[in-house]
Amino acid sequence: MKISMPRWFYQLASPRWFYEFTGKLLPWFGIATLVLLSVGTIWGLVFAPADYQQGNSFRIIYVHVPSSILAQSCYMLMAVAGAIGLIWKMKMAHIVAQACAPIGASIAIMSLATGAIWGKPTWGAWWVWDARLTAMLVLLFLYIGVIALQAAFENKASADKASAILSLVGLVNIPIIKYSVEWWNTLHQPATFTVTEKPAMPPEMWIPLLIMVLGFYCFFAVILMGRARVELLEREKRSDWVKQLIAKY
Amino acid sequence: MSFFFAALKRELLLVFRHRSDIINPLAFFLMVAVLFPLGVSPDPSFLSEVASGVIWVAALLACLLSVDSIFRSDFQDGSLEQMLISAESLWLIVTAKVITHWLVSGFFLALISPLVGMMFFLPEQGYFSLIVSLLLGTPTLSLMGAIGSALTVGLRKGGVLISLLVLPLYIPVLIFGAGTVQAGVMGLPIQGYLALLAAILVFSLMLAPVAIVAALKISVRS
Repeated sequence: MKISMPRWFYQLASPRWFYEFTGKLLPWFGIATLVLLSVGTIWGLVFAPADYQQGNSFRIIYVHVPSSILAQSCYMLMAVAGAIGLIWKMKMAHIVAQACAPIGASIAIMSLATGAIWGKPTWGAWWVWDARLTAMLVLLFLYIGVIALQAAFENKASADKASAILSLVGLVNIPIIKYSVEWWNTLHQPATFTVTEKPAMPPEMWIPLLIMVLGFYCFFAVILMGRARVELLEREKRSDWVKQLIAKY
Repeated sequence: MSFFFAALKRELLLVFRHRSDIINPLAFFLMVAVLFPLGVSPDPSFLSEVASGVIWVAALLACLLSVDSIFRSDFQDGSLEQMLISAESLWLIVTAKVITHWLVSGFFLALISPLVGMMFFLPEQGYFSLIVSLLLGTPTLSLMGAIGSALTVGLRKGGVLISLLVLPLYIPVLIFGAGTVQAGVMGLPIQGYLALLAAILVFSLMLAPVAIVAALKISVRS
């Protein structure tokens, strides 16, 4: 059976087309990032009402939740891009997957750090062996594994394929890890920490949160395109169109 | 099928010609376990409390260290390349290798684990769950470890890298394995844990060889 993919899918595979296309997209995503992040931050930090239990300390949610969501989506994107690269032998997909790894690791660190800062006033401890915290830590370890494997190969093509396989293995394992950690936690956790029951958020609280999530996704897109473009120029430096491009400057 | 047994026989023969390969993981397992009473506390009540976790962590590390070399000698002398270009299925060869690795590391570890359990004052009712959980859990460790080993076999610096790749994947097995022993010690039913360990084993038995074969092809070609 022959499956035909849409034309844009094949066009994405062309480094030159990808470079020109993302060059057009970048300013728009940049503007969207600036607008969304500034509106979300100001609204969340200044105008949103304080939480009736946690007071103002809850406001870190506007960084913590978007980064946690993004850290997981980024792994998904990395694994899917790796799979596309393996199946269709698409160089561009591997470049995107490679660009994802360090971004995802930094976002996971950001999620853990903001979680710790939030945990100190709320739970009284920087770190709690809570299922979600532990799962995020394991996700960071998975990112570190992919980055380490990428760096270990001298041959770029092998590094791409090997890290694609590793990220796919990780993707299959993420649900198993998540549920095992959740179960371990419910079995071992002494009932000392009860996370304050989340009140159903009023719209003045969750609308800025939604804006921040969108802003983080746009920010991620900007960084991802930037990294992918630089990597692409580096890999394609011998091709004519890159030489012409550089000659212009 | 006869090809599979021929491959298995070759692997077993190779292992029994290098008997230190069998002894070393076991000795490592014992030594890691001994570090805990020395480093933390020799108090029997403390040791019996942490026994399940410590024995499982030691078994996991022993498995991790020995899995690093599972493809190395075949890669270095070129036989791995011959296996890749042979008409026979690489899947069977890989499975034979992993089974051999498990027999040498996990199986013997499970057999000597009661010794460590005794040194850690594990309550009597925990021994059965300890042995059964190790027997069911260590094959998964061998399979997952072989993925890491296949990815890094072509690289000069194997050791630390493979731990970075494989240890996060070992977490579910550690949780359920140590959980089995703890449930056994407390006299709770362990069938649920064993079913989960078996499910993870079947799942990784299906998917891991595919990943190992793909990884070996990359490693040999690079």
